[in-house]
Amino acid sequence: MAGIVQFENVGLRYGTGAETLSDLSFSLAQGSFYFLTGPSGAGKTSLLKMLYLSQRPSRGSIRLFGEDVVQLRRARLPGFRRRIGVVFQDFRLIPHLSAFDNIALPLRIAGVDERDLVTPVREMLAWVGLADRASARPPTLSGGEQQRVAIARAVIGRPEILVADEPTGNVDPEMAARLLHLFDALNTLGTTIVVATHDIHLLSRVASANVMRLDRGQLHDPTGALRHPPGGGEAYA
Amino acid sequence: MLGASQADRRLLPEGRLAGPMPWVIAIMMFLTALAAAAGLAMGDAAHRLGGDLGRQVTVQIVAGDPALRDHETDAVQRVLGREEGVAGFHKLGGDEMQALLRPWLGDAGLDRDLPLPAMIDVDLTAAGRARLDRIAGALTAAAPHARIDDHAAWLAPLVGLIRSLGLLAGGIVTLMVGATAAAVVLAARSALNTHRQTIDVMHMMGSTDVQVARLFQRRLALDALFGAIVGLIGAIIVILGIGRRLGEIGSGLVGSIALPWTAWVALLALPLLAGLLALAVARLTVQRALARTL
Repeated sequence: MAGIVQFENVGLRYGTGAETLSDLSFSLAQGSFYFLTGPSGAGKTSLLKMLYLSQRPSRGSIRLFGEDVVQLRRARLPGFRRRIGVVFQDFRLIPHLSAFDNIALPLRIAGVDERDLVTPVREMLAWVGLADRASARPPTLSGGEQQRVAIARAVIGRPEILVADEPTGNVDPEMAARLLHLFDALNTLGTTIVVATHDIHLLSRVASANVMRLDRGQLHDPTGALRHPPGGGEAYA
Repeated sequence: MLGASQADRRLLPEGRLAGPMPWVIAIMMFLTALAAAAGLAMGDAAHRLGGDLGRQVTVQIVAGDPALRDHETDAVQRVLGREEGVAGFHKLGGDEMQALLRPWLGDAGLDRDLPLPAMIDVDLTAAGRARLDRIAGALTAAAPHARIDDHAAWLAPLVGLIRSLGLLAGGIVTLMVGATAAAVVLAARSALNTHRQTIDVMHMMGSTDVQVARLFQRRLALDALFGAIVGLIGAIIVILGIGRRLGEIGSGLVGSIALPWTAWVALLALPLLAGLLALAVARLTVQRALARTL
């Protein structure tokens, strides 16, 4: 399998302080499932930001879909971003839009005709158990419901990579299991999944998942899955 | 695509986007329309004063002897009749002379024995205006007591003043356009800050800068159009009021200051121009701001 994501000696520094992330070198195989774990402050969200093109690294090279995205012109970024679905830790739903319109947003941005998006959005709402809350606005939804809308929005466009930052943080165990099942199903359809979580109980829920562990800005590779092609179980960086 | 459908328009909350900007633009449009109306009226007046009135001269025959005055008056009319560039002339009759003098001398001063010059109003063509010296030479050769009163000579300072006021009005309009653009820039930046989260989310989902800019430019342009229409309505009420007062004065010179229909068309087009200006400025402002982000 080709590496859909390749980091080479990537470092990230905010301002003039010490590096938040140092010497990250790894490759993610297309169609694989990854958990990114580590304690709070380890740099998980920063790594994900670089992955979904919200943050450029201070040094090093990042290749997505076979292209160097660090030097990519701004005008080309939207095309790459449309291939990546993101579940933000704080959901980032647009508060004045209904659940339906929030989920439909990626399709509208991609230029999908209004007539063609109704059915997939309704199916997605049903899939995350919110069929009867289509017209509800985020402030009237519970935390778990908002999280499910955020997940539905991230996957509605059938992204090639799905990046989720603590996607089960606000849902009950049953819903967490359902969401992971959803991610697993997407993964079997070919989507590369990266889920950041500090819930170690999740790691065993997806049998095929690889685990990346961040600690104080350094990436560790307990399963060896971050080598490309995947290798043994030693720390990689 | 973003920018066209009702659903896309909902991406920004309902209601006006730009806070007090429409009202700021209403005030500026009010002042702009007044300045533009003044400038257009002044320009038209200067054109007419420099044209029709500037091509008029009055020939006075100031001979004291009535017989000599009549003789030279006939000679002047003969010269005017054959000179090129004379569009027409009219010798003022006794009643017209008395009407001219009555405001100064009153009825008691209009003594039939008072020696008055003969006066002939002459309209020149543009070519005649250019060869006025030659016409004047022919007139004084035929009538040594003829005096040529060139209206353009005393109108020139007035025309200059009116033109200066017109230019000043044009300058004020230019400044107002700049101030309107600045108000739109501030409103666009404020709107961007207010809706930063929505923009970030859209960007992360692959929105282009043009898609985001379309949302803002349309709303800001409509807000500006609303303010401009309100301001123009106020200005038109004032302009009509001033026009009525000027008409009541009844002075020929003051009466020459009027708005031609083309000026009304220009004034009515101002809100549309303000809307288009807001559209362009908002688009540029938003795109520049977005270009500074990743």
